[in-house]
Amino acid sequence: MLKPYEIRLSGSGGQGLILAGIILARAAVLDKHKVTQTQSYGPESRGGYSRADVIISDSEIYFPEATNFNCLLALTQEACDKYLYDLRDNGILIIDTTFVKNLALAADNTYDLPFTEIAQEQLGGTISTNVLSLAFLSKVTGIVSDKSLETSIVESVRPAFKDLNIKAMKLGFKLAEEYDSNRS
Amino acid sequence: MQEKKTSKTTKNPEVMQEKKISTATKSPAATEDKVAAVNPAKTESKLSELQNNLERKTIIMQGNEAVAYGALDAGVNFFAGYPITPSTEVAEILAAELPKRGGTFIQMEDEIASICAITGASLAGAKALTATSGPGFSLMQEGIGFAKITETPCVVVNVQRMGPSTGMPTSPAQGDIMQSRWGSHGDSPAIVLYPESVKESYELTIRAVNLSEKYRTCVVLLLDEVIGHMRESVRLPDMANVRVINRIKPTVPPHWYKHYDENQKYLSPLASYGDGYHFHVTGLTHDSQGFPTNKAVEAGDMMDRLRKKITYNIRDLVQIESHEMDDANIAIFAAGITARAAKAAISMAREEGFKVGLLRPLTIWPFPDDAVRKMLRNVETVIVPELNQGQLIREIRRLTKDKNDSNIVSIQRVNGQLITPNDILRKIKEVI
Repeated sequence: MLKPYEIRLSGSGGQGLILAGIILARAAVLDKHKVTQTQSYGPESRGGYSRADVIISDSEIYFPEATNFNCLLALTQEACDKYLYDLRDNGILIIDTTFVKNLALAADNTYDLPFTEIAQEQLGGTISTNVLSLAFLSKVTGIVSDKSLETSIVESVRPAFKDLNIKAMKLGFKLAEEYDSNRS
Repeated sequence: MQEKKTSKTTKNPEVMQEKKISTATKSPAATEDKVAAVNPAKTESKLSELQNNLERKTIIMQGNEAVAYGALDAGVNFFAGYPITPSTEVAEILAAELPKRGGTFIQMEDEIASICAITGASLAGAKALTATSGPGFSLMQEGIGFAKITETPCVVVNVQRMGPSTGMPTSPAQGDIMQSRWGSHGDSPAIVLYPESVKESYELTIRAVNLSEKYRTCVVLLLDEVIGHMRESVRLPDMANVRVINRIKPTVPPHWYKHYDENQKYLSPLASYGDGYHFHVTGLTHDSQGFPTNKAVEAGDMMDRLRKKITYNIRDLVQIESHEMDDANIAIFAAGITARAAKAAISMAREEGFKVGLLRPLTIWPFPDDAVRKMLRNVETVIVPELNQGQLIREIRRLTKDKNDSNIVSIQRVNGQLITPNDILRKIKEVI
């Protein structure tokens, strides 16, 4: 029985965080969990703040917004500064060091990688940073199965971008698998 | 889950039916079997997949999507609207789906035209609905009054956002509670429904369409921005379990037909333009044939009829949820997304031993006076959290009468942020 697991994906508009939230939520449904996904964003389609919350649970989820995260993904410095304090003790922090240069607070379980740079170099553009970092998050937290995440990506992105996103997902998984061995 | 005691207190058959739907679909065994077996090829037409399967699957769905699917399942075949955040998805989905099913979608030049178009379509026999947000809802008020005085069935979905004026398009607020009741000039009653989840958005959309047909009036469905945009795992009831009310046609010879008959039975026969029955439609106060009148008796009769169809049917119209109220000495009264925060706060408070419950209106207008009076008798303190500057709490205070209302405590927020479970828990501890 999975207790409510709160995830916040945060960054700026245009980074694809809400799509990442939808992909994660859909994967959780495939894993037969209850799930809510909410978002907050400004009126701009690019720039400005953006965040997506996903709560995954096996019991009824009352309040759909994440308030005390088990996991926080921060793709910009502003998002990291703003939300870090609401990460619970032993919560998992994942930051994109391409943009997040300073940590206001040391979190125990911090994973830092330059996701945007990696996407640019290995995937030929920054557009799939969201799926790359989401796959990394999924692997590190183990919150949804790899298979469900893959199915969800295929269902959620336009067919033309399927291959790119699957490639990004596999790279994200690989980075997560290699992360532990590299640093510990 | 087991200890949770939730009951919707209502007695009429239509609602019992809906209640049956919700219990049927909550059965975990039933749900687990049918979790989506994924077929990527079919994702383009989620709706046709939904419609074609006799047994629906658990999928992820947005509140606005649920409204659109609810409208389609209720038989809505006409939508006229002016897309506006945060209600846009309703128009977007219906624009794609209505034409496939022989229905009509029109994007109008503004919201005044939208409400007039759906009223006209309804007079011609269509089941009509529009969706908007605060700024558009204000523009529609005149037309809503017209639909009410002409007793024309239609549904207005208002996904509320921060106001006044254009406010904050992507931020939640519950500022239109009073406007949905009193927004239109000239003292007419209102039926307004208020869901708290994606699933309930679907159910209450169907109910709104049904009630509009049954009582021949404009029914308003209020959503919070967060509910409209939120995605939840949801399994919609199978079509076989959805009860749809359709208007009945008059059987009398055309020259006997009265468009506004005093004999109040629900449903009462309703002719459409083109059926061969002659009737007159005007926004002026009218007689039973629909022609303008200045006679005091006829004007009084008309206003009485508009009032009575609400006040005589409170039991059919009012739906409330009573959550953990049996032993509560503190009650929270909240609607929509704020009720979700309250439920979370209640489970935290109960873990600490505080006896707190929630009374939640699914129908906010007509106001659930009896349920609130009962609550006021049974608890010491009532907390009213709302995303406005005191609209629901006024109604609670109205019902306290001679009782000291110092035990009615507000939590109000109008900065575009939600009231969180912790805000409510803090208030619970303050009042204890």
